[in-house]
Amino acid sequence: MADEVVLLDTFFSMFGMRARLALAEKGIEYEYKEENLGDKSPVLLEMNPVHKKIPVLIHNGKPVCESLIIVQYIDEVWKDNNSPSLLPSDPYQKAQARFWADFVDKKLYDAGRRLCTTKGDELETAKKDFIEVLKLLEAELGEKSYFGGENFGFGDVALITYSNWFYSYETCGNFSVEEHCPKLMEWVKRCMEKESVSKSLADPKKIYDSILVFKKKHGFE
Amino acid sequence: MASDEVKLLGAWPSPYVLRARIALNIKRVNYEFLEEKFGTKSDLLLKSNPVHKKIPVLIHGENPIAESLIIVQYIDEFWASGPQILPSDPYNRAVARFWAAYIDDKWYPNARAILMADEGEAKKAALQGAIEGLNLLEDAFLKCSNGGKFFGGDKIGYLDIALGGFLGWIRVIERMGDVTLIGNCPNLLKWGENFAGDDSVKDVLPETEKLFEVAKFIVAKTKASAKH
Repeated sequence: MADEVVLLDTFFSMFGMRARLALAEKGIEYEYKEENLGDKSPVLLEMNPVHKKIPVLIHNGKPVCESLIIVQYIDEVWKDNNSPSLLPSDPYQKAQARFWADFVDKKLYDAGRRLCTTKGDELETAKKDFIEVLKLLEAELGEKSYFGGENFGFGDVALITYSNWFYSYETCGNFSVEEHCPKLMEWVKRCMEKESVSKSLADPKKIYDSILVFKKKHGFE
Repeated sequence: MASDEVKLLGAWPSPYVLRARIALNIKRVNYEFLEEKFGTKSDLLLKSNPVHKKIPVLIHGENPIAESLIIVQYIDEFWASGPQILPSDPYNRAVARFWAAYIDDKWYPNARAILMADEGEAKKAALQGAIEGLNLLEDAFLKCSNGGKFFGGDKIGYLDIALGGFLGWIRVIERMGDVTLIGNCPNLLKWGENFAGDDSVKDVLPETEKLFEVAKFIVAKTKASAKH
C-alpha cells in the first residue's frame, strides 16, 4: 500500500519549511495543504488539538506535530530508501545536532519576533540579541561546510529555514546580517544551491509582505 | 581522562538532573556525580556548557552533552545494548518526544508559576493550565502504556523519565501551593507510585521533605529578588 503523506502548513512558516525540506531531502511525495491561521481548518484542529499549530505531518492518517519532531520522524521512517540521513549515526554527533537545533528554537525565534514587533529601545535590544545568537551559530559552524560537517543535516535544516526571514528582520531592525556574520551568509548561499532547500523556502519579499499585514492587523506599526 | 569515563554535573533537587540519573541507572552505567553548589557555577560547568551554563551536563570522555532530554537520548543511543528507553517504533517515538516537549515548554512554566506568581489571576491561570496539562498527560498515559504500568509499557521509557523528573516537585507544589494536581488523575497517581518504586529511580529520587525545604528557600529568594 502506498504511503499517504499530507502536510498542513503555511507558506511563510520557518517551522513548516523544515518539514518541507526534510520531505524533499528524502524524496517523499506528499500533499501540501495551506492553512489560513486566522481560520484554522477542522483537520488541523483535529490533528493537533493540543497546540492547534502548523506544521502537522499526517502519515497514513496519523498526525506528527512539532517541526523538529517531524524532521526526525521523516528521517527515521524513510531511512532505508537510499536518501541521505539528516541525523548523523554517531550518538555524540547526533546530540550536538539536536543541541544546536534546540538552541535555534530557544533563542532565535524570540529575538526575531521582537525585531518585528517592537520599537525604540526594545527594538535595539532585540537586534543586539539576534546578532549575538547568529554570531554564536557562526562560531559553531566554524570552517565546516555545514553544521553537520561535510554533509547537510539536522542542524542545517533547523537554521536554514530562518534565512529567508533575514530580509524581514533586517528591514525591521535596519541592519545587515551579512555585515555581522559573513561566514554564515556564505553557508546560507551554499545551502540555497541545494534544490531541496531552494524549493522549500519561501520568497523573502513575500514573507515580508505577510509580516506587514500581520503588523497592521495587530497594531505593531 | 579515559575515553569512557562518565561524569554528570548536577544538583540533587533538579528535575532535569534526575532525568539523566535515571537514564544512566537504566543502562547500568557507572558514573561520577559532581554536585554543583547552589548559587555558584563551577569552572567545569562553564567550560562544558558555555552556551547555557546550566546543569545537567553529561561529560563522556572528552565529550560534553547538555540539555536533559538530549542527554537521555544520547544515553539511550550510546548504550544501545541496554534496556531501550525510547520506543522502537518511529511513530511512538514521535509521540513520546511530543509529550516530553509539551511537559518542558507548556506544562512546567504553569506548574512553576503556581508557586512563583502572586495571588490572583496569574496564579489561577497557572493552576488551571497545570491541571489541564496533567489531564492531557493522563489521556496520553492511557494511550501510550498499552495496559502497562508506565508510559513505556512494562518498563520505564522516555516519557516516564521526562515526567518522572518532576514527580517530587509535583508533590511539593501541591503541598506548598495547597492545590491538587496529580491527585485528581487516578492513572497518573498510580503511575507515580510505580515510578517512584522502580529500581532505576528509588535511590536517586529526592525525598519530598528535603525538596520541600529547598523549594521554600528558592521561592522566597526568587520573590525577594523580583521585588528589588
